Amino acid sequence: MNQYFDMPSDLQHSYVGLIGLHLQEALLPVLFGLLIALPLALVCSRFSWFYAPVLWVTTVLYAIPSLAFFVVLLDYTGDSTTTVMIPLTVYSLVLLVPAIVEGTRAVSPDTVAAATAMGFGSLRRFVQVELPIAVPAIMAGLRLAAVSSISLVSVGAIIGNEGALGNLLHDGQIYHRDPLIITSVVTTAVLAIVVDGLLVLAQVLLTPWQPHGRRAARRAARAAAVDEPAAPRDAVTDAVPAALEDAVR
Amino acid sequence: MIRIESVTKRYADGTVAVDDLTLDIPDGSITVLVGPSGCGKTTTLRMINRMIEPSGGRILLDGQDLAQQPVTALRRSMGYVIQNAGLFQHRTIVDNIATVPRMLGWDRGRARERARELMDRVGLDATLAKRYPYQLSGGQQQRVGVARALAADPPVLLMDEPFSAVDPIVRKGLQAELLRIQSELGKTIVFVTHDIDEAIKLGNMIAVMRTGGHLAQYAPPDELLSAPADAFVEDFLGTDRGIRRLSFFTSAGLDVTATPIVTADADAAQIAERTLPELPYLLVTDADGKPLGWAKAEDLAPRTDAGDGASTEDGASTADLLPHGRPFVLGQDSLRDALDCAVLSPTGWAVAVDGTGKVVGVTSQETIATAIRGAHAGRATKPAEPDADAPDAADTSAAGPAQAPATDGPAPDAPDGDADAPVKAAR
Ligand SMILES: Nc1ncnc2c1ncn2[C@@H]1O[C@H](COP(=O)(O)OP(=O)(O)OP(=O)(O)O)[C@@H](O)[C@H]1O
Ligand SMILES: [Mg+2]
Repeated sequence: MNQYFDMPSDLQHSYVGLIGLHLQEALLPVLFGLLIALPLALVCSRFSWFYAPVLWVTTVLYAIPSLAFFVVLLDYTGDSTTTVMIPLTVYSLVLLVPAIVEGTRAVSPDTVAAATAMGFGSLRRFVQVELPIAVPAIMAGLRLAAVSSISLVSVGAIIGNEGALGNLLHDGQIYHRDPLIITSVVTTAVLAIVVDGLLVLAQVLLTPWQPHGRRAARRAARAAAVDEPAAPRDAVTDAVPAALEDAVR
Repeated sequence: MIRIESVTKRYADGTVAVDDLTLDIPDGSITVLVGPSGCGKTTTLRMINRMIEPSGGRILLDGQDLAQQPVTALRRSMGYVIQNAGLFQHRTIVDNIATVPRMLGWDRGRARERARELMDRVGLDATLAKRYPYQLSGGQQQRVGVARALAADPPVLLMDEPFSAVDPIVRKGLQAELLRIQSELGKTIVFVTHDIDEAIKLGNMIAVMRTGGHLAQYAPPDELLSAPADAFVEDFLGTDRGIRRLSFFTSAGLDVTATPIVTADADAAQIAERTLPELPYLLVTDADGKPLGWAKAEDLAPRTDAGDGASTEDGASTADLLPHGRPFVLGQDSLRDALDCAVLSPTGWAVAVDGTGKVVGVTSQETIATAIRGAHAGRATKPAEPDADAPDAADTSAAGPAQAPATDGPAPDAPDGDADAPVKAAR
């Protein structure tokens, strides 16, 4: 068992510590992304012409390889978690902004008209009506963002010691300790699955007004599939190991 | 009163949705905007609560220009009901209804209490309060929509095709409910529909609009049916407007006779005495005077003569009776209902009952036709010479016991002339 969980000392973390670091580096950017995406989406919903340029900019940023991002940021933020988290925050925007904008736009025009007619101002309507009704779409975006972020953190191994489980994978390779590689890959996959499950649970709790059950799950899955951006990214859970391998090579 | 003054709406793309529309919408009654799709009904309605701003002209509410009033306060003083209800799917039914009171600063408890009160008023079961909209039928959702619009007790109610997405039976129920609520609350209601029958059923005043946002005619339903302004309106009204117009003529004063009516145990003498020369049938009633059915005089007579076997024979004869069809309530139902009963009756005679269902008399198609001619003549001359009630007087002179309310020509039509919600409710 020890061959799987004895961490090389250069990682400076226990196994549990690595998991904590990995989650922090993966999920804080998604949280920041959400905090940035919400006001952006509000502006986009008020001024619809604003959405196209926002989408264009986030997509272009998404197309920048993470390595290039890191190299640029190294000069400013050095070998730190910040260097890893900034690109991940930017990447999450390309999933979250469309999820929120499209989700709120998909609210039935009847509902929007009814709210307006009842004297909702546009901000109040966005917060109290459009956003809550868009929760399923937003959660679909959030799940993608979280899972892809968990897979991408490992890339941080390239720039030093901030790749968390990615560094474990790297060590496994350079020290020829295959069990460590397996530990890293399996742990990353399990993290992605668990986080995704928790988000699904959160959605169920947040939307008591939705018909639940298999039908709802299938609908959410379809929404998620639609929200997936055109640029191919290894965002899906079972692609995580592959992403890790690619990143390290 | 809402006064729409030479209002024009031109959208950004140049579409003229409403063109120089002038309309006075009276207080406390239902005004219906009706017309084909795209004629500018929704646009007109939404200019009243300023969801759309007019490009020309102005709209006055009780003499005040709407453009001068703060838009949110204005909207909260006007209930708004739309097709498919537009409920907030993420809120429970009570919270949907409590929306405007909550925005007006009521505390949650009071707002919810008010919401429950309104659920009762619109005929929603209290057990639905905690449900979410997806758990309700379309008809129930519409009721919630109406309750939500009424929540803050606004003086004005704007309704945009509120009942067009439900099936005809549910729609009928909702229409009746609206009339009932209106008879209790007396709101100023502006109601949009493309269904002329709905317009005639609900409207105290009807504005017929034509494509391009022009007003084709603005009149009470009765006048619309009797004197369409032009070919467009006439066409829009459909083919049977003559028959439909009869629903504005009361059956009060209709000549009914109680002669050919017997109870099940009548003897031969009674039967002979009560048989009318022009009607070979007798209406058989039970001991309470409720109608059982029609019987031929000669079929009825021998059986009731049969002495001690009478009661069993009666049972058999009741089963042999011809159905009496749906009776009409004299004085409450319209001449259209009376005529319908007569047309559907196997004997050609309609059965008139009172409010409790007891037979007050029967009447023939010919008598109803005479009453219709009389009513038409009374209507036609009314605007010009209010006292020209001769046809009505002639008509009612022969009337039976139910003639009392019809001593004066104009009296029967007075209630449904215009703007009287309770009469609408009774229709
Ligand atoms: N935002 C808009 N921009 C441009 N044209 C519009 C807009 N809204 C409506 N129109 C046009 O204005 C006209 C009137 O529209 P409106 O929605 O008032 O019709 P309506 O009578 O309510 O029709 P319906 O019975 O189909 O609901 C139509 O020709 C429509 O295409
Ligand atoms: Mg419309």
